[in-house]
Amino acid sequence: MYSEKVMDHFTNPRNVGKIEGASGVGTVGNARCGDIMRVYLKIEGGVIEDAKFETFGCGAAVATSSMATELVKGRTLPEALEVTNQAVMDALDGLPPVKVHCSCLAEEALHAALRDYAKKNGLEIEGLPEPKEDTHEREETEA
Amino acid sequence: MIYFDNAATTPVRREVLEKALPFLETAYGNASSVYSLGREAKKAVETARAEAAAVIGADVSEIFFTSGGTEADNWAIKGAAEALKDKGRHLITTAIEHHAVLHTFEYLEKNGYEATYLPVDKDGLVDPKELEAAIRPDTILISVMFANNEIGVLQPIAEIGEISRRRGVLFHTDAVQAVGHVPVNAPELKIDMLSLSGHKLYAPKGAGALYVRRGVKIAQFMHGGAQERKRRAGTENVAGVAALGEALRLASAEMELEAERARKLRDRITDGILNNIPHTFLNGHREKRLPGNINISFEYIEGESLLLLLDGKGIAASSGSACTSGSLDPSHVLLALGLPHEKAHGSLRISIGRFNTEEDADALLRELPPIVARLREMSPLWSDR
Repeated sequence: MYSEKVMDHFTNPRNVGKIEGASGVGTVGNARCGDIMRVYLKIEGGVIEDAKFETFGCGAAVATSSMATELVKGRTLPEALEVTNQAVMDALDGLPPVKVHCSCLAEEALHAALRDYAKKNGLEIEGLPEPKEDTHEREETEA
Repeated sequence: MIYFDNAATTPVRREVLEKALPFLETAYGNASSVYSLGREAKKAVETARAEAAAVIGADVSEIFFTSGGTEADNWAIKGAAEALKDKGRHLITTAIEHHAVLHTFEYLEKNGYEATYLPVDKDGLVDPKELEAAIRPDTILISVMFANNEIGVLQPIAEIGEISRRRGVLFHTDAVQAVGHVPVNAPELKIDMLSLSGHKLYAPKGAGALYVRRGVKIAQFMHGGAQERKRRAGTENVAGVAALGEALRLASAEMELEAERARKLRDRITDGILNNIPHTFLNGHREKRLPGNINISFEYIEGESLLLLLDGKGIAASSGSACTSGSLDPSHVLLALGLPHEKAHGSLRISIGRFNTEEDADALLRELPPIVARLREMSPLWSDR
């Protein structure tokens, strides 16, 4: 059910771990639904120098975390905002329909980390969305 | 591959396959035909019926072949509800049934029936006193599974049978996981209807049976020809039924030895995991469970990830995580035990079968700890603990 790229990013996840003294950290999801993602960003001179993650979740959750952190590394903040859930899914050659929420979670974890960075530094990042209600709760009511 | 998912399905045993093959190839007759090819098929079906009856202590006239466990459950429950609707519209079951029972109950609830879903204790056991207290004057059916498919817990079937008979309520049990693995005697246990399935005991998928005690009247479910003494229409799955009969005969003959062997493997694996991997616990009663069932929660990790990494090492098992259930909620069985969601998501079911060896257990106990450690290293719940 998973593409080869998803399996690759699941079995050999890139950027696993913490960043000590990270510029921004964001955690989204909840244990109720079985997915929690935490993204750490190290930002210098408006560029994401490093990105790491910790994830509790299924294969797709790990793979999307891995891919999302991979896609934002070395990017400017406006470029990082282009890493949407669709971009993450495309880079993974797609996800099964029931796993799309994992890619949404990856995007939101990035945004949460960027918001944390902006808050710590008294900045405003143009185009950075406000925090969403819990993705899973929203999907549950739609289901 | 090391196959530890025998509660999901089992491979067909060679002896069983050999019993079935002629009815697909040379003895392909329709069991309703009068010529010798048909009579041969009919004879195979009746031989299988005798085997099935013998295994559960029933009479041949009480065994009706079905397409499997799900059909048997549907037929028993809907058939009883239909037949007894003038007597009452209240049904009792448990929160931990297989979906073949639960969703059938939900269907009936949408069609004018009322249902009580009995809770289970932390070990997964139904309290017979609570069951008796739930019986109302309009209760027409009690359906309690013999052995749970996820946690393997064996319910107090004899007590429930006793209560049901005394209170004059029909008692159905889904014994799909139990028959062929633990002793099941339907008359002694005062069971009125019992569902069983072939593919959990080394017969092919697509063959099962419903035991209906003589004198119990339930509505017909499959309408058509006069097969199965006019109670279940449809051309007999002769090969499947022949295989089911042989598989039941073998399972019954080998039960004592095989259960003892499975139990040893089960206890060795259970202790091997619980003693060597911290933050783990067994789901379901330690002794009152199927000889081949292990269900363990690994805190701070999620089950699907665990299954994928085990699969990478050539080990097949299953989990109660939401990601394997096709919904966002983890297993209803584990939630019914009182587990919080995150601990239910981190469960692993290992179900042992006749082809599992000590070497399989060695491999599992060797591969599991580093996989769990690796997933925990990656988990924010682990770093926050």
